[in-house]
Amino acid sequence: MSESAPASTPATAPVTKPALAAPAGIKRWWNSWVSPWRLKRMGILGMNCRNHDFIAAYNPRSLFPLVDNKLKTKLLAEEYEVATPKLFFVVNSQHEISHIEDKLMALEAFAVKPAKGSGGKGILVIIGRRGDKFIKSSGVEISIEDIRRHMSNALAGLYSLGGKPDVVIVEDLIQFDDYFKDYSYEGVPDIRIIIFKGYPVMAMLRLATHKSDGKANLHQGAVGVGLDIATGRALNAVQHSKPVTHHPDTKRALNEIEIAHWRNWLLLAARCYEMTGLGYIGTDLVLDKVRGAQLLELNARPGLAIQVANGRGLLPRLRHIESLKERMHRTAEQRVDYVMKTFTADGL
Amino acid sequence: MKKPSRAPFYTVIGMLALIGLVTAWMRHVQMEIPFTPGVQKPVWLIEARIDFDATGEPVTARLGLPDNPPGYRSFSEQAAAPGYGYSVVAENGVRRGEWSKREAIGPQTIYYKTQFIDVDDEAAHDIPTGQPTPAHVDWDGSSQETAAQQVLDTAWSKSSSPQSLTRELIKLLNSDNLDQNAALLLSAQTDRSALVEKLINQAGIPARPALGLYLEDARRHQNLTRLVQVYDGHEWVLFNPTTGEQGVPENLLLWHTGGESILDVAGGNRSRVSFSMIHQTVPALDLIKAQFKESAFSVLSIQHLPIEEQSMFKLLLLLPIGALVVVFMRIIIGLKTSGTFMPILIAMAFLQTSLVLGVVSFVTVVAMGLVLRTYLSRLNLLLISRIATLVVLVIFIISALSLIGYQMGFNTGMTITFFPMIIIAWTIERMSILWEEEGPKEVMVQGGGSLLVAVLAYTLMQFPLVGHLTFNFPELNLVALALIMLMGQYTGYKLSELRRFRAMVDNQNSQERKGAES
Repeated sequence: MSESAPASTPATAPVTKPALAAPAGIKRWWNSWVSPWRLKRMGILGMNCRNHDFIAAYNPRSLFPLVDNKLKTKLLAEEYEVATPKLFFVVNSQHEISHIEDKLMALEAFAVKPAKGSGGKGILVIIGRRGDKFIKSSGVEISIEDIRRHMSNALAGLYSLGGKPDVVIVEDLIQFDDYFKDYSYEGVPDIRIIIFKGYPVMAMLRLATHKSDGKANLHQGAVGVGLDIATGRALNAVQHSKPVTHHPDTKRALNEIEIAHWRNWLLLAARCYEMTGLGYIGTDLVLDKVRGAQLLELNARPGLAIQVANGRGLLPRLRHIESLKERMHRTAEQRVDYVMKTFTADGL
Repeated sequence: MKKPSRAPFYTVIGMLALIGLVTAWMRHVQMEIPFTPGVQKPVWLIEARIDFDATGEPVTARLGLPDNPPGYRSFSEQAAAPGYGYSVVAENGVRRGEWSKREAIGPQTIYYKTQFIDVDDEAAHDIPTGQPTPAHVDWDGSSQETAAQQVLDTAWSKSSSPQSLTRELIKLLNSDNLDQNAALLLSAQTDRSALVEKLINQAGIPARPALGLYLEDARRHQNLTRLVQVYDGHEWVLFNPTTGEQGVPENLLLWHTGGESILDVAGGNRSRVSFSMIHQTVPALDLIKAQFKESAFSVLSIQHLPIEEQSMFKLLLLLPIGALVVVFMRIIIGLKTSGTFMPILIAMAFLQTSLVLGVVSFVTVVAMGLVLRTYLSRLNLLLISRIATLVVLVIFIISALSLIGYQMGFNTGMTITFFPMIIIAWTIERMSILWEEEGPKEVMVQGGGSLLVAVLAYTLMQFPLVGHLTFNFPELNLVALALIMLMGQYTGYKLSELRRFRAMVDNQNSQERKGAES
């Protein structure tokens, strides 16, 4: 019956066809946009909403230096007995660099970090020694001069926000647990947990790939694996926002991942709330072979990509926490138990 | 968390916008600042020409000048008479122009030029400061006095007020079959205006002569028309003794009122004054500059500043528009720019250089800077000295480009010196770091974003209307401020996020489909 319809209007049919073909490109373009109402239904947190309703509302400006300065974070973590890699020493001024080898000689493996570096900028990881040379995590050998130049740049503020002068911290290297060995390529896998008012709300595991150059940074091509808050099991994995089932380099199936002692991870992250007083933070944790979960750094402006890795929006959980009565759960343990019950894969 | 009420915030926003709009509207109405650029206003240019023969003695020529004539507003005046001293004096509340010269012989010509704007002020009343008194009237012989009394009696009986009395008198003197008394009076005093004035004064009502100029485009050698003003107990009312018309006609400029002579010349004879006039248009903005110095609203007028400051303000007042564009593009659209307000500064530079040249030279300078910066990074300099080196290099690049442009015959090459060099140096430094850390793609995204925002801001700022509004109505920037603050409260999605999170929606869709299949 539908065949008869164009037959009755033969004259117009050939004319309308190219006219309809032209908008196909436009239609495809149009379909590449998502309706804002759809995003809202999915509870996706947008940049403006994050900045206005969460960061500005819950993170007092005066507390930002605690997380923007890794040295302060580290000292604070030691004070609150939050597990963190051991601090070897701090380089405060350029003249200390000239005889830095005296201090470095005693160390086998270490990480050099600018205190105010953001987004992993300026981090130099030395995994071992070969004669006079230092071996980077990528296997490349560098000399003491290279380390000196790196430290000098960092002190001058090359990696800090706004180019402000900085200090360099040298800390113990994480001994990576073999569990992640097959999941990460050339780099450090870490777990990012968003803590809102002390409650863990969302978590993801970030796995370095060849493409991300050993960095656990999602927009550089690292794999993000959303983790179930209730169990620590993998929910969903993405690379460049596209779903993946296996690690692109090691070919391991990602859905098998289950983080051991998951409650401990959540506890470690949740305690950062008392430590800093900041309401909305991202905690970056790593697993050390010997010492277990360690706090690597904190972020007062955690990104939004964690939603893509989890395949769900942050907003419903954040609003749920906002609706809870003040002081309903006094300790980190109570909060963690509450979220492990509430934020299940099928639940909120 | 307790949600603080948004009401006070929106009240402030509303107030800001309202204050801006209302002030702009009031100034538009009160000061006649046009909302669009290039508006022309009609003005009358009137030239009074005084001719006389000087006798060789010191010369003083005095001309009665118009003083706030009803229906018109003075916009400018100037006197031209070579070798004469000139000043405006006020005697007994009468404005007079006084020209003087120690020695002059032969025919002399003095010009006085003035410009008037038509204004529709219905409420223009000529209210005297004190209570005027009727002038004493002397008649030539008793027959005239009796005739005058009888004419007055006739008019008196038919009238009820000074105005109606005047109208009746004029009617009597103008009627086709004049009665004896009127005829007698007219034969003795041919100037009807002087006669009416005398009769009214006789009736105990103050009256005085007034000299008016009928304005018609491109007329020369015009004379003043003698009219009469009658005091009705509250204000002076103008009458035309020939037509009996009451009030100031639309095309009449009241040049001079009162009994004093319009022109006195001492040290000369055969003096006369004649008038030429022309209807011309001048930019409305020029009128404002010359007027309203006393108005409360004129405090907000930048036109009253020295020219040098004005041109600086012209640029400064465009900045909020640029800021508005940046805020919109970053919050609502979600475009990435390198440096928050760098695009505005680039846009300002474009205003000076013109767009195409500006974009080409900006891209050239930054590209050359990036190449040099790659070399600098190998030299292992400290950050501060590296930036300073870049600043110096940027200045070299810009100077070189200017010189090459000049040698090739483009004078416009010089204008690239308007670029903010320190900002450019920082941009190069940042982009270079971005290149090393995130790759060339991110550099293109952020650099392109900055350039796009700069071009948009430039496009908006170079609109003559925008420049006109921001400069002449600085208070409209309050509206821009309100918009910027309003956008600061926007917590919805950015346009770019509608694409960014598309993958999530796609993933969910495909999962749902899979779920539905199984």
